[in-house]
Amino acid sequence: MSGEVAAPVLEVEGLDVATGSTALLSQVSFSIDAGERVGLIGESGSGKSLTALAVMGLLADGVYVRGHVRLHGGPENLLEHSARQWAAVRGEEMSMVFQEPMTALNPTMRVGAQVAEVIRLHRGVSRAEGLRRADDVLEQVGLEAAQTSRAYPHQLSGGQRQRVVVAIALACDPRLLICDEPSTALDVTVQARVLDEIVSGVASRQAALLFITHDLAVVAQVCERVLVMYGGRIVEAGPVREVFAEPRHHYTAGLLAASDLSAVEPGAALPTIEGTVPAAGQLPTGCVFRTRCPAADEACEDQPPWTARAPGSAPSEAFGYACMHPAGETDE
Amino acid sequence: MTPRAVPSVGRGVAWRGRLNASLVIGASLVLMITAMALLSLVWTPQPPMKVLPTSAYQTPNAEYWLGTDRFRRDVFTQVILGSRTTLYVGVVAVAVAAAVGVPLGIVAAMAPRWFSGLVMRGNDILLAFPALLLAIMFAAIYGGSTLVAMVAIGIATIPSFARITRSGALSVLSSDYVLAARAAGRGPLAIATRHVLPNLTGLVIVQASVSFAIAILAEAALAYLGLGTPTGQPSWGRMLYEAQSTLRSAPHLALIPGAAIGLAVLGFNLLGDGLRDALDPQLASR
Amino acid sequence: MLWQLTRRLAILVASIVVSTVVVFAFMQVLPGNPARVALGVNASEQAVARMTAQYGLDRPLFVQYLDWLGGMLRLDPGVEYISRAPIGPQIVDGLGVTAWLVAAAMLLAVGVAVPMGAWMAMRHRHVDGVVLSAVSQLGVAVPAFLVGIVGISVFAVRLGWVPSGGWVVPVQDPVGFLQRLLLPAVALALVQGSVLARYVRSAVLDELGQDYLRTARAKGLRPAQAVLRHTLRNAAVPVVTVAGLQLASLLIGAVVIERVFVLPGLGSLLLDSVQARELLTIQSVVMVLVVAVLVINFLVDAVYVVIDPRLRTGADR
Repeated sequence: MSGEVAAPVLEVEGLDVATGSTALLSQVSFSIDAGERVGLIGESGSGKSLTALAVMGLLADGVYVRGHVRLHGGPENLLEHSARQWAAVRGEEMSMVFQEPMTALNPTMRVGAQVAEVIRLHRGVSRAEGLRRADDVLEQVGLEAAQTSRAYPHQLSGGQRQRVVVAIALACDPRLLICDEPSTALDVTVQARVLDEIVSGVASRQAALLFITHDLAVVAQVCERVLVMYGGRIVEAGPVREVFAEPRHHYTAGLLAASDLSAVEPGAALPTIEGTVPAAGQLPTGCVFRTRCPAADEACEDQPPWTARAPGSAPSEAFGYACMHPAGETDE
Repeated sequence: MTPRAVPSVGRGVAWRGRLNASLVIGASLVLMITAMALLSLVWTPQPPMKVLPTSAYQTPNAEYWLGTDRFRRDVFTQVILGSRTTLYVGVVAVAVAAAVGVPLGIVAAMAPRWFSGLVMRGNDILLAFPALLLAIMFAAIYGGSTLVAMVAIGIATIPSFARITRSGALSVLSSDYVLAARAAGRGPLAIATRHVLPNLTGLVIVQASVSFAIAILAEAALAYLGLGTPTGQPSWGRMLYEAQSTLRSAPHLALIPGAAIGLAVLGFNLLGDGLRDALDPQLASR
Repeated sequence: MLWQLTRRLAILVASIVVSTVVVFAFMQVLPGNPARVALGVNASEQAVARMTAQYGLDRPLFVQYLDWLGGMLRLDPGVEYISRAPIGPQIVDGLGVTAWLVAAAMLLAVGVAVPMGAWMAMRHRHVDGVVLSAVSQLGVAVPAFLVGIVGISVFAVRLGWVPSGGWVVPVQDPVGFLQRLLLPAVALALVQGSVLARYVRSAVLDELGQDYLRTARAKGLRPAQAVLRHTLRNAAVPVVTVAGLQLASLLIGAVVIERVFVLPGLGSLLLDSVQARELLTIQSVVMVLVVAVLVINFLVDAVYVVIDPRLRTGADR
């Protein structure tokens, strides 16, 4: 590693999210450097979207958050920001692309104006200049500005709308882009294009990318590192290739097995993970996955420590797993 | 034309079991009034509309619980009897409106374009004749009476039922099980009665409650104007008319029937809102 | 968009024509001989025959219809059967009064209801939002004429701040005019305003739950900015249409209020004609009101098409 290391774009430490007395996220910690593409995978209900919303400060009323979120190694904790401070940061330093392109845009406003709005908000330029720059960004995401800018959202297809949302997110050259299932609601053929735009968009800006999805194939395609989430906790983390080739946590192994159709004999049952994701307030004590884990025993009633992937090295947030009986080992 | 999104239709009356404040308060008020009206059939504190051998304009006291009016009649008796008229007019008007409006709406939803277009245009024209106007027209020819009020309000309420039924029916008709029924060769009448109608029950009940509230207000206004129930027969609206000239000296004569009308309308409105919430959360008006 | 508007205009014209036929048939055909109705049950056959001839009531119906229609378009539908007073000027005078009342009430209603409704929506989980919502429920339940009566009792009779009824022409006595306009307008506006406020609340609540608001926040708009720039704009669409329809309700409500406050508007003209059994006057005034409502509904439709871009291209929402 070089002597001078730039601070990570995003540092999340000990993020706890709860509503009432029900914990939704527990001790979530990770960081992302400039230019890195990190995936966050898990089933519905695992807490992936909550993580993104917490980082963006967009949690609903009645949902409480604790922990540290830092941008560029700065001293402030974003979670303590006022509404005004948040407004300055969102759209400018960090931005987000949501899952539903069909409803993400204001139906009564022309598309160009909606892109221009974020530019004018943070750059203070005139209306004409804003629209001009908006056209530029629209071209960057592969849309024809001349046609698209004057159109209303309902005149565009789902894929086009999502690209507009990506354009809005990238318009002010944010250092961090968070995408929450951006391609899930789109046709398979359109998915690839949108993912392309996202990847090239962050690459050209050297921005950090947090990519949330349940689709392992997409993660393998888009991301360099991956975080596996279950029951509001990160249970495994590491480079995508490594984690997918040699998963240590049984949940990761289960996910991979369920996604790997080529390994299934014709006529045989598809592999699944037994049981269902427990509701937020009903997570087991100790290892959060132990009620569904084939390798669980009494030892798992204690919270498993975060262990390094490479034997003998120190565990870091980016590389490790939390399991008493990791897969790939034959003994206890 | 409805600016709001079309409410989704549940399977018949699907009770979601959400007893909410609106529903409870509304139902209580409606039950109270119904009880009053039913009670009046067998008993009233004083003989109906009888002129009493006592003074006029008495304020509420031990003998005459709500006082007496300018004709020396017991106010409490009149209020109870008035509830009967109110409910009577409301029930008949809403029943007529539903009996005509609901089939009309279903037909408009299922018929070919040109016909349903015609029906809805006719509906719009009917909407231009509010209850008051119709009542005036009827009264001009036949004189004012409870019957005139009922008929006028009933006809004027048809468009609301037709509209809401048509919206709901269109929703149901595009659902999968209707498509399946069509594919199985079921005729339009069967589909209308077996599938569409039962699924609209919730919508119709809610609309009935809301229309009932409007009917009560209309009846009161018509009675006040002399186009509805005439003086001599019990009616809250007529009581208001009689009370107007003695507002200074006997305000209770206006406030009491006014409160009665207000509570009745409130009850039906809340009942409608509460039912809407309880039957299908997507219909909730929040 | 032009096509949509033209189509609606054509429907409006057709609706008006159909309405005139309906009203005419109702008032002239249904009761039998209008002369007999006007003169009463005890009228002699001679008197009836004389009146019938005088007003051409024995002519073919179609001819009478066209005659009346032509007269309406000229603002001169004829004279009253008994009093012989020309109807046209009475309608015009009445319209002048009713128009002021309705306009004032509409202004008050919208001015109060829109901000109140938006507030109720934004604070719907807080105490003040719930309380306001309950108050608006009460406002909806009370008859407008009751509010008028109570208003007279308190403000005119007891406090003497305004006269309890009557009318003066604004030019002659502006202060007196406003005094007499205030209470009736408030009575009308209170009730319709409550209805409108509830609609506004509903529309804004709908929009507050929409995804594009989240996008707006993610862009960096502060909560108030986001609501103002996006939510209220979109909520305006259904609100404008409802407000327009309210105008029609106000018109009808004015009929009753005019009775309460003894205002010489169209409503009073109508009700007096009913008592005097002047079928021609009733017919003409009803027609004016019906046309007014139809035109208002048409304008509301047209405005709706203009302000909601989704309707212009006929796309589904």
